[in-house]
Amino acid sequence: MEQILAQAKRVAEEAEVFIVSSEETPVQFEANRLKHIQSKQSSCVALRIIRDGKTGYATTTELGDSQNLVNAAVETAQFGTIAKFELPSLTRYPEIEVFDPEVESVSIEEMVKLGQELIATVRGHTPDIVCEAGVSKEIISVHIINSRGGQANYRQSVFGLGIEGHLIRDTDMLFVGESESSCHPLTETKAVTEVVLQQLELAKNRASVSSKPLPVIFTPRGVASALILPLMAAFNGKIVLEGASPIGNRLGQPVFDEKLWLWDDSTIAYRPESRPCDDEGIPSQRTPLIEQGRVTNFLYDLQTAALAHTRSTGNGTRSGGGLPTPSPSAFIIKPGDTTFDEMVNDIKEGLVIEQLMGAEQGNILGGDFSGNVLLGYKVENGKIIGRVKNTIVSGNIYQLLKQIIAIGSETKWVGGFIQTPPLYYPNLSVAAK
Amino acid sequence: MTNTQAIAHQLAEVLTRYSADYLEARLEESQSSYITYRGRELDSIGRVSAIGGNVRAMVKGAWGFVSFNNLNELPGRVELAVKQAQFAGSEESQLAPVEPVVDILSTEPDKNPVVIPLAEKKQLLDEYNDIIWRTPKLQTSMIGYGDSYKKVIFLNSLGSYIEQDRADVILRLTAVATADHEVQQAVLSLGSRGDFSLIQGLHQPVEQMARHAVELLSAPQVKGGEYTVVLDPVLAGVFAHEAFGHLSESDFVYENDRLREIMTLGRKFGGSQLNIVDNATMPGLRGSYKYDDEGVPATKTYLIREGKLVGRLHSRETAAKMKEKPTGNARAINYHYPPIVRMTNTYIEPRSASFEELIGDIKEGIYVKNWYGGTTSMEMFTFSAGEAHMIRHGKLAEPLRAVVLTGNVFTTLMNIDGIGNDLKMNQGGGCGKGEQVPLPVANGSPHIRIRHCLVGGR
Repeated sequence: MEQILAQAKRVAEEAEVFIVSSEETPVQFEANRLKHIQSKQSSCVALRIIRDGKTGYATTTELGDSQNLVNAAVETAQFGTIAKFELPSLTRYPEIEVFDPEVESVSIEEMVKLGQELIATVRGHTPDIVCEAGVSKEIISVHIINSRGGQANYRQSVFGLGIEGHLIRDTDMLFVGESESSCHPLTETKAVTEVVLQQLELAKNRASVSSKPLPVIFTPRGVASALILPLMAAFNGKIVLEGASPIGNRLGQPVFDEKLWLWDDSTIAYRPESRPCDDEGIPSQRTPLIEQGRVTNFLYDLQTAALAHTRSTGNGTRSGGGLPTPSPSAFIIKPGDTTFDEMVNDIKEGLVIEQLMGAEQGNILGGDFSGNVLLGYKVENGKIIGRVKNTIVSGNIYQLLKQIIAIGSETKWVGGFIQTPPLYYPNLSVAAK
Repeated sequence: MTNTQAIAHQLAEVLTRYSADYLEARLEESQSSYITYRGRELDSIGRVSAIGGNVRAMVKGAWGFVSFNNLNELPGRVELAVKQAQFAGSEESQLAPVEPVVDILSTEPDKNPVVIPLAEKKQLLDEYNDIIWRTPKLQTSMIGYGDSYKKVIFLNSLGSYIEQDRADVILRLTAVATADHEVQQAVLSLGSRGDFSLIQGLHQPVEQMARHAVELLSAPQVKGGEYTVVLDPVLAGVFAHEAFGHLSESDFVYENDRLREIMTLGRKFGGSQLNIVDNATMPGLRGSYKYDDEGVPATKTYLIREGKLVGRLHSRETAAKMKEKPTGNARAINYHYPPIVRMTNTYIEPRSASFEELIGDIKEGIYVKNWYGGTTSMEMFTFSAGEAHMIRHGKLAEPLRAVVLTGNVFTTLMNIDGIGNDLKMNQGGGCGKGEQVPLPVANGSPHIRIRHCLVGGR
């Protein structure tokens, strides 16, 4: 990698080499049985240069092929954006633990056993359910060096397990599921199976709902599937800079309900989204985004921050091998003081939304969302009475997050990238067959 | 002979040495380039090159799979895949028999979009961006262009050796308009099997898209409820893909007895006008190929004929377990992943109705065009329209904001009561399944009319 840097420095003012390698071992169960054991090795090297003031970029999987890589970066620099940023020099990084050597030593046998346990527990509750389960371990290593002496190296371990169940009765299909991930090995399946068993219990009966505005509780999974994507776009410094974020010019203003607090955090120990520095070598931090309903910050990488005359928040992320771009690490919504049961008790007629399908297909930037309630329950007189189907809900997250009745006290990680409690909203448009 | 070809020939010999029920390997070399714009300025431009491969082994009904982009020590990787499969396997291996194939498909280097100079690609995108920015009230724009060219060598323990290549071009343009904290966007999405000329000359549609984003700011949102809807060929193609295509992928069905009962051949899903087809043998589309990623020749498969379920999409394993013929639908997005059952070019066959006939007797309905996306849970699905208009008394009326439609596969297909005569294939989308996204596919349909379709709204 030093050789690539040296070659690049001969033709460019500045250069940065980023190498990421990973070894992943997924174990997969299909139709209740062990079906696939895999091993995936991959490595990729990315070269960013600044030549005549402009950014050039190229990536390859072949570490030995440095001259072609440098040539490709030089070619793209002719057309690249004017580099406004300065690469970081040698920096001290916060000590954020994201590597547990125990992950590497978990045996395939132990992983298979965890998968079997997941399936056995769920089928013990509902014998005719068909399950797919997965258990995986992964070791990732990241190396960054640049022409200003900046240098970062870290290793990360990720262990994940999850299950999805399909229950089919005549032409009625129910999908349940839950997953969990950590930088430590996971040895217990209970946290995951408890959620799935509860979904199965609540979905046992069917209920119908009428087409009208209704109070709605979004469970943590419901929040993740309906509301988070528009927020991730709105706080992205790049979208703010373009003027396409509805909250871009409202820094310091009360845009949301004053009960709402949100931050982005890549410093939590042993979380898969955490890391000592971002993909440009900028130290990780916890960035408050909403405090008491007021917009407090946006997320930046180096170039976007320079254009916006501010500092990088350590959110420069290379997704899919591309140039660094601002991207959230983990979104965390502060829990409130109302329990889920208290929310349900408060509703005369309403919905609990656990999974919304299609919400990501609308006008994300504007905050409009509309989706089919893939998993959701009807509440009547303070009790969940059964699953609703063929129901579509619509709203706008900016209206919704301005008038929340209550924020839940029980918070939970969903999909690894968001930690949220349930949210309770007074009137969402519902259309049903 | 290239280095990768030489490695493949050595590997062919290695594959015969191990005692697995079945072994295969894929080696890939790819190049790609991309250019993105955000707002007026170019945002990123880059080149990517990659080499990689995988080995897949089947022992006693289970699979071992090893992927890598270091082509050294391949015998060790074959051994690991076999060991993994041996560890997992406990039943009988079943794969539908196919003839070994040795075929080296002549490459078409003139269809390689990656070698077109970046300056030429940038010139075209600059023209489109200028058009977008000439539109009054426009806040910003996004353009994503990407192309790729890859060569794949497939070999297996039956003695197959296939060299194929694939080129791909995608272009997605987004115009964003704002007013008083309101943000609206319009999207144009296109693709081709490597033919750069298919994304040239789009100046007029780009201008329309930008104007549409501004129009949406003053358009009302539809009231949620059931409507008669007419879908344009683009959205109807997405509908065919989401509403039925995914359910016909047999890997979801083959080991689930309940689903096999539901998906019995002959079951009625729609009216007698309805034919839905998946066809990888159509020339030159993004879902087209000669052999799938298990070395099985591509086919044209009727999924629904005259409203009845008549076929489904298979890998060799799902075909054997369901005692049907393989259809050549096992596809992998790249060497990191094993092939799974996927669609190719999926479409509703045209009938005789004109557009005027379809909307003529609708008192109040919605005309939906273009797409943002679609997704399915097999039984229920959603798909969203980039453009929508009310239909009033048989005529197109005021524009509406983007709408999301939802349906249930067991009722919505039955509610199709009009199929147009104007089949068009759309190549602007990519299909996602599990982690493997976006896979190049094409969808198509003529205009169709659906009664009692559930639409989200205020």
